[in-house]
Amino acid sequence: MSQDIIIEDNYRLPPPEKVGREPGSFTSVIQGLVFTVDHKKLGLMYIASGLLFFVIAGSLATLMRIQLMVPDNTFLPPDVYNRAFTMHGTTMVFLVGMPIIFGFANYLVPLMIGARDMAFPRMYAFGFWVFFFSGLLLYFSYLGAPGIYGAGSAPDVGWFAYSPLTSKAFSRGHSTDYWTMSLLLGGIGSVSTSINILVTIFCCRCKGMTLGKMPLFVWLNLVMVFLVILALPCLSACQIMLSLDRYLGGTFFDTQAGGSAVLWQHFFWIFGHPEVYVLIMPAFAIASEVIPVFSRKPIFGYPVMVAASISIAFLSLGVWAHHMLTIGMSALGNTFFVISTLLVAIPTGIKIFNWLGTMYGGKLRMELPMLFCIMFLFQFLVAGLTGVMLAIAPFNWQLSDSYFVVAHFHYILIGGLLFTIFAGIYYWYPKAFGRMLDKRLGMAHLVFFTIGFHVTFLPQHFLGFLGMPRRIYTYQADRGWDLWNFVSTVGVVFQAIGILFLVANLIYSYVRGKKAGNDPWDAWTLEWATTSPPQDYNFAELPEVKSRRPLWDAKHPNDPDWKHE
Amino acid sequence: MTMTKGARKNFGWILIAGFLATVMGSAYAQDGGEMRRVSDIFQPLSRQSEMILEPTMLVLLTSLGVFLVVTFMLVYVVWKFRRRGPEDDVVEPPQIYGSNNIELAWTVIPCLIVFVLVLVTARSIVEIQNAEMPPDALEIRLVGHQWWWEVHYPQLGIVTANEIHVPVSTRTGERRPTRIYLESADVIHSFWVPQLAGKTDLIPNRTNRTWIEPFETGTFFGNCAEYCGTQHANMLIRVIVQEPEDFQRWVENQQQPPPVPQSALALQGRADFESITCINCHAIDGTTAVGVFGPDLSKLMTRQTIAAGVAPLTPETLRAWLVDPQVMKPGANMPDMKLTDQQLDSIVAYLETLK
Repeated sequence: MSQDIIIEDNYRLPPPEKVGREPGSFTSVIQGLVFTVDHKKLGLMYIASGLLFFVIAGSLATLMRIQLMVPDNTFLPPDVYNRAFTMHGTTMVFLVGMPIIFGFANYLVPLMIGARDMAFPRMYAFGFWVFFFSGLLLYFSYLGAPGIYGAGSAPDVGWFAYSPLTSKAFSRGHSTDYWTMSLLLGGIGSVSTSINILVTIFCCRCKGMTLGKMPLFVWLNLVMVFLVILALPCLSACQIMLSLDRYLGGTFFDTQAGGSAVLWQHFFWIFGHPEVYVLIMPAFAIASEVIPVFSRKPIFGYPVMVAASISIAFLSLGVWAHHMLTIGMSALGNTFFVISTLLVAIPTGIKIFNWLGTMYGGKLRMELPMLFCIMFLFQFLVAGLTGVMLAIAPFNWQLSDSYFVVAHFHYILIGGLLFTIFAGIYYWYPKAFGRMLDKRLGMAHLVFFTIGFHVTFLPQHFLGFLGMPRRIYTYQADRGWDLWNFVSTVGVVFQAIGILFLVANLIYSYVRGKKAGNDPWDAWTLEWATTSPPQDYNFAELPEVKSRRPLWDAKHPNDPDWKHE
Repeated sequence: MTMTKGARKNFGWILIAGFLATVMGSAYAQDGGEMRRVSDIFQPLSRQSEMILEPTMLVLLTSLGVFLVVTFMLVYVVWKFRRRGPEDDVVEPPQIYGSNNIELAWTVIPCLIVFVLVLVTARSIVEIQNAEMPPDALEIRLVGHQWWWEVHYPQLGIVTANEIHVPVSTRTGERRPTRIYLESADVIHSFWVPQLAGKTDLIPNRTNRTWIEPFETGTFFGNCAEYCGTQHANMLIRVIVQEPEDFQRWVENQQQPPPVPQSALALQGRADFESITCINCHAIDGTTAVGVFGPDLSKLMTRQTIAAGVAPLTPETLRAWLVDPQVMKPGANMPDMKLTDQQLDSIVAYLETLK
């Protein structure tokens, strides 16, 4: 967190004469964090808390990989392992993925559309703090009664918590309630933040910026928040229904009282599948900014990119039951969801081709953001193709709930989302802190993390082919799974070293990094038109744009974009 | 079925399956003779798994093609258009904003691929899901429990646990498929024996169906494939495929009640078993034990393993299990019975007679 931003903010809000603290003291820093409504500071707080939870959930994953490194291992007892994978999954989706993408959106959207702030600054602070406390609540389950003397009462039902495993009969105590309440709270935070972003994009754009002239980053985040607003209330609804079941005698999902176990799956995945696209849209958003700038060309086929994103979002609302191809639906039902799922591949393919088209004929500057995006393209291609495989229902009957699925969605969420988040960090860190991230540390991060990622997750595809189901805390020595599990665990070491380089880089460059200036990458969107870091008010004078690349127009007055668009 | 034969003749099919199997460690496959421990989906040994492999190989080959083409394009573009030096920073490259014709081309190609995949998949789904069984097909009712499998043969009056016995079929000759009805007593489980059948879930309040028609004899390994609680990892299942005459012998044996114990120790064991709470959960033919919460023990010693595959079933493991089930399978629903040494001796001696 940048200290000088905090101090400035302290003067702004609340008035200094009422605070009565020395600027720069510990209490004033805390006060600055708690009272701030600045979209940039809250954006960084979102990203920082996301990274904090990332380290926690990554450590849980490391424990799980140690347990699975050799057969018949006794490193973790079964209940500890089951809590670990539940917390890992829940954390990575709701406390890492969501806050980091919201952080990027909130920091950058107002800057990119030439606005001074979000539409509802205080609602934004509300959204952040609700999310943050939902995370604390989830982790409090490790301590909360009867946690301490019961050695942890964290949830152990898996991140999609299939009923009736969550009913009172099979989930005693309060572990499931921590999970339910935490997600309910987090859902309120996510929806309020999404509404805020939506209104900001629709109402706060600067003069000249029609919807068709918004940067693709803004477009994709617009699609993302629409999906959040449509999908997350389904999750909240089924959390409420589950709580009714557990405490007020409801029987929606309680099979012993005639409820339906399948109903939960439908409700959950009606949220859960759009959620995947909620997480991948921001990855597309970052790639769509970074790739053009470092290729020195505008995005290829802007209108098609927008249309493809909207159709992906639309289709994603109708594919949920491809998570449920093994529940015994009719052949017709299965076929419907096979078709809808395969249709998603078409706009997704178009996007990949358009990024390649953007790079074609350019002069590719191999800076770190670009390198991470190139790796993203490759890994997202793999993830997309394994997704097509999973959509083929008969193949799915073999692969569903196996390690192949684990490999597939880690290729999406790490190879796709996390790599672009890294690209975004290297790309916008100079804007947020006024200093460049160190290149050598960055290269070490890239190399170690990429190697570690592939060594960990590529073998998990093979484990799925060999019949290893997910979520097992142990396996026997003679099933043919030893080698690939061992290799997979070795990869974790490289990933961890990569992350250490990133953390070291973030700290080192904050102090020692080269001064960035306003526009270190020679880029074209409005955030580069202001100071690094931007002032509280973002722009001294509100900009006016004529094209999608206002800074290109300014830098090339003889050949501006608006003549061609 | 014509597609099955066609695919088997396909050279590429054999090549790729063989390659993947080799890469992924089929070296283990021959270990233990007929014990088919490595459940490789590329070595299907039943009609259903072979039918699944057809669309599987199609989508794998298609994906491989797309992967190679796009990766080549990516590498080519990155290499060809990389910045070569400071001179490249002087002039920006030509600014291209898009091209409708090119967009159209790379929209149509994925559409065609998707169209073909949909047709093949739809046919395969119907063929597998709605496969017709002969009217006299063997039927099994499989009930999932936390964390073991209850197996019923309603036509034969047999109840057992954790191991399914079925007769072998031949690819072209006599079909002896088995229809399996899947139910659950508590939470959701999933039946998956990769070399014989893809997954189908066992869902409470619902009866699902699948079928197996194995082409080779041997013991096939599988796991519960839907997370079902603490001991999900140790909910293993075995399918023992036998020649029809061996299967018949097994059936006849299972239909007999267990023999009356001969030794004094075993008789004492039976008295002990009937006098403590064992009988609340377990059933043994011809005794007062009629519990339904745990596995039926009438023919216990005819099974290969104990506690749903945790360990091979021997007098030693049986005793270890009775000393404290929570050591072998922490979290299992059978509590530590606090048996004395004498009780352990006698009950183990009694259980050993159940065959």
